[in-house]
Amino acid sequence: MSYIKPKFRHPRLQKNALGFTVADYDGAISTLCAGCGHDSISAAIRNACFESAIPPHRIAKVSGIGCSSKMPTYFLGKSHGFNSVHGRMPSVATGASLANRALTYIGVSGDGDTASIGMGQFIHLIRRNVNMTYIVANNGCYGLTKGQDSATADLGSVAKGGAVNPFDGIDLASLAILQGASFVGRSFSGDKEQLEPLIRAAMAHNGFAFIDVVSPCVTFNNHTGSTKSYSNTREHLEPMALDFVPMREEIRTQYAEGSTQSVTLHDGSVIHLHKADSGYKTDDRMGALNAIQSGNDADRILTGLLYLDPNSKDLNTNLNLATRPLNELGRRELCPGSKVLDSINEGLR
Amino acid sequence: MKPTDTNDPEFFHKIVDCQYACPAHTPVPEYIRLIAQQRYSDAYLINWESNVFPGVLGRTCDRPCEPACRRGRVEEEPVAICRLKRVAADYKDDITARLPKAGKPNGKKIALIGGGPASLTVARDLAPLGYELHLYDAQSTAGGFMRSEIPSFRLPAEVLDEEVGYVLDMGVHTHFDTYVDSMAEILDKDYDAVFVGCGAPRGRDLPNLPGRQEADANIHIGLDWLSNVAFDHIDKIGKRVIVLGGGNTAMDCCRTSRRMGGEDVKVIVRSPYADMKASPWEKEDAVHEGIPILDNHVPMEFVVEKGKLVGMKFDKVEAVYHKDGRRELVSTGEEPAFYPCDDVLIAIGQENAFPWIEDSTGIRFTSWGTPIINDDETFQSTRKDVFFGGDAAFGPSNIITAVAHGHKAAVSIDLYCQGKQLSKRPAPGVTLVSQKMGIHEWSYDSVPTDDKRVAVPLVDLKEALSSRDLEVELGFDPQAAFVQAERCLNCDAQTVFTSGNCIECDACADICPTSCINFTQNGEEEELRQRLMVPAENLEQDLYVSETLPSGKVLVKDEDVCLHCGLCAERCPTAAWDMQKFLYSMAKATPDLMVIK
Ligand SMILES: Cc1cc2nc3c(=O)[nH]c(=O)nc-3n(C[C@H](O)[C@H](O)[C@H](O)COP(=O)(O)OP(=O)(O)OC[C@H]3O[C@@H](n4cnc5c(N)ncnc54)[C@H](O)[C@@H]3O)c2cc1C
Ligand SMILES: Cc1ncc(C[n+]2csc(CCOP(=O)(O)OP(=O)(O)O)c2C)c(N)n1
Ligand code: SF4
Ligand code: SF4
Ligand code: SF4
Ligand SMILES: [Mg+2]
Repeated sequence: MSYIKPKFRHPRLQKNALGFTVADYDGAISTLCAGCGHDSISAAIRNACFESAIPPHRIAKVSGIGCSSKMPTYFLGKSHGFNSVHGRMPSVATGASLANRALTYIGVSGDGDTASIGMGQFIHLIRRNVNMTYIVANNGCYGLTKGQDSATADLGSVAKGGAVNPFDGIDLASLAILQGASFVGRSFSGDKEQLEPLIRAAMAHNGFAFIDVVSPCVTFNNHTGSTKSYSNTREHLEPMALDFVPMREEIRTQYAEGSTQSVTLHDGSVIHLHKADSGYKTDDRMGALNAIQSGNDADRILTGLLYLDPNSKDLNTNLNLATRPLNELGRRELCPGSKVLDSINEGLR
Repeated sequence: MKPTDTNDPEFFHKIVDCQYACPAHTPVPEYIRLIAQQRYSDAYLINWESNVFPGVLGRTCDRPCEPACRRGRVEEEPVAICRLKRVAADYKDDITARLPKAGKPNGKKIALIGGGPASLTVARDLAPLGYELHLYDAQSTAGGFMRSEIPSFRLPAEVLDEEVGYVLDMGVHTHFDTYVDSMAEILDKDYDAVFVGCGAPRGRDLPNLPGRQEADANIHIGLDWLSNVAFDHIDKIGKRVIVLGGGNTAMDCCRTSRRMGGEDVKVIVRSPYADMKASPWEKEDAVHEGIPILDNHVPMEFVVEKGKLVGMKFDKVEAVYHKDGRRELVSTGEEPAFYPCDDVLIAIGQENAFPWIEDSTGIRFTSWGTPIINDDETFQSTRKDVFFGGDAAFGPSNIITAVAHGHKAAVSIDLYCQGKQLSKRPAPGVTLVSQKMGIHEWSYDSVPTDDKRVAVPLVDLKEALSSRDLEVELGFDPQAAFVQAERCLNCDAQTVFTSGNCIECDACADICPTSCINFTQNGEEEELRQRLMVPAENLEQDLYVSETLPSGKVLVKDEDVCLHCGLCAERCPTAAWDMQKFLYSMAKATPDLMVIK
């Protein structure tokens, strides 16, 4: 097996606004199974960071444990990273985001890492609206430990060994909306046309951005009877297409009137949602929950930007914390001296 | 676009850039791998089957393969294909026992006029079939220009003797020191077919330049002068020499002069340096031997004083390029430049000459003096039993082209002698075999190495200039050869796609280091090329398009910069991609001349 990715790249690779090529956002060669959906998500994240021209060293990747949580090694080799313990990535992400609010945080987790062991942490990450992009590579199983059903496995889905799942699966997107997440999307690893702009929008969003990505496990959950296989997912997919135009970039594409709905993010970037004629509104929480539920009832997997509150206040803003990263504060700011201490104490008397 | 027809051998053939560019279609990556495995004899014989003169070509080939080499598109320099060929020749064992023998006589007699690479190739290809072959040459030995023109410091006589010998030892009847002065006489001799491989022997002169007649004693036609040197008719030249011309003959003239007593040797050429016909490496070699090349100088006059040549006058010019691609050399209007000299070598081109072929033979010629040939597959002339090849066919070219002509002409002669149609030609030999050894294991070194190309080491300059026969290039040693061989990307390890197996997981597209693979909607080629992840701008390289996949998309692979690294096939969960070795062998009169296991 090749453990080295050749150094050569296409000589005519495009450059982004920073002068980087997409190869500058590559990571190590993947050790996941050939054909794993997670590798496609890695590529989508890499492409999204390249397209949005984020300097690699201004990104931090955080993850827990699982095949999905191994992903950060395989993209953005020049970024910061922390591979934490199972289900505990939210604590690390929260701490990091408080310490350095200037970085772009990308959390990568699995359905096991998030919906089982990590559920208690995940829910607080949402509640606190930590400014990060949180991607769940959802394969309905514990891939790394050989494919046991996870908490997101659908009712009636057949495991590779033949067992039929007797439990209702947790729908992470609905859960996130209910708990007040300010950006909720869903997508499919095999649909980069949708996933890439969705990740770009999530990274531009100010607050907690959650994306649930169906990501087939080719080794343990890609057989007939599995509801999260490539073919079953493709058959039931109901994608809502979108484009992402970052701030200050000229809007070049002309859309036919009535076919598109635009949402402007706090930083001026614009998300164009197509198929808007269906009347879908991204800022309607109840509507979003209804749409997802009706989709589920009709055996359709609704994907796209499901809910967005563009005016959300992230944790740092909400707690009125330092406006600059802690590592940029000087001695005077960190130790303002006894005079300031005295005045604080005075105020407390 | 329509799905690619991979059953057409030309599709994969074109992807092996070097082999495709080689006129004789030598299976380059196949022999380079054998060199890396130190199987030099096998590497040699693969070459010998294709190009007949591996030792000669490994030193002198014009190497059209190298500018075509894929490696040159992903980094600075192509694989050192030519000099690796020499490695195979240098380190092989005695291979004589493995060479084919003359076949049982088939009763047919063929005359070969000229003993250069074209005729020798025809002989090599026909001898195993039992043809009685009669080779005529005006010289006392065979080899043609390889012997009379290419200086021995580039091509030692032993190397040439050995490879010419392999052919002649297959029972060829030689008629040396025999200048054929009448085609009619040859035709009277009841040959079943005649092959003309007499080259393009006439060097161009400057007959009307002032002073030409008066200075004749010190003005030499490069072509004649080199052959006089080769056959020891001349052993010295004046101290100050001007060589006129910018082609490879000029380079050999100047370098030979440096070894024959020339101390102040200059090449003076009409065109700008970049436009010179000589190969870049030949120019470098000349400059390395202390020979200045003065460009943009048009000869005006041989200056003669007291009946003796004292120098030459040149008009300084500038090249002006017109919109239609035409180049014009416009005088700068400066004073003419004068360069003193003792001798001048004129190496400004060569021409075909067939004074010995009578009109009555029915062989017709074009207005450029080349024979009218049926087409560039058959090489049949306007007279059905006479075939041409090598420089005699379309004018001066090179050894490997002469060899390629020889292969095709031999096929034609064989078909003709059997009374078969010349247009119904045998197909090339093609095999396509999976290289899978295990789940993620290939039978070749699939990971491209990062090593740079290095030049072949040379003998000490002073020593080199002191001898006409001392070979200048030392060749690669086995260690260097290994590193250079490993640079080859194995372009014959083809990525073969079976659309029925594809589950569209994108794994191949995601891993491909050079962004070759795309899953997208089908379209017209021009538009599709623009729509790929990296637009496919190299129109010389094909797109590989699959059948429509379940999602409605197609797979489109731009073959341009594929590294043949096999990662797409390694990352494919369903073996929709496989790496398969494509071996292509140009059709020859004797198929399967060499079987290497
Ligand atoms: C100075 C010089 C350097 C070159 N260097 C290279 C090089 O480095 N690499 C390369 O690939 N090519 C080189 N070439 C070109 C190459 O030598 C020729 O393209 C090639 O040899 C042509 O082969 P051929 O078989 O057509 O004929 P030739 O090699 O020209 O052989 C023709 C033979 O026919 C004989 N002949 C001609 N007329 C008659 C007749 N009427 N009767 C009997 N015999 C006859 C001649 O004596 C000669 O031996 C060079 C050419 C020159 C002039
Ligand atoms: C504390 C702890 N408990 C259990 C495990 C065993 N374990 C490793 S990965 C994993 C599940 C991973 O599932 P998921 O997050 O869905 O990732 P996938 O491999 O499916 O991508 C479990 C239970 C562990 N590593 N640590
Ligand atoms: S076990 Fe499943 S999830 Fe893990 S790498 Fe393999 S295919 Fe991917
Ligand atoms: S890399 Fe090797 S196979 Fe490919 S064109 Fe160059 S020499 Fe030929
Ligand atoms: S062999 Fe496959 S992965 Fe490697 S460069 Fe070619 S197409 Fe890309
Ligand atoms: Mg999982």
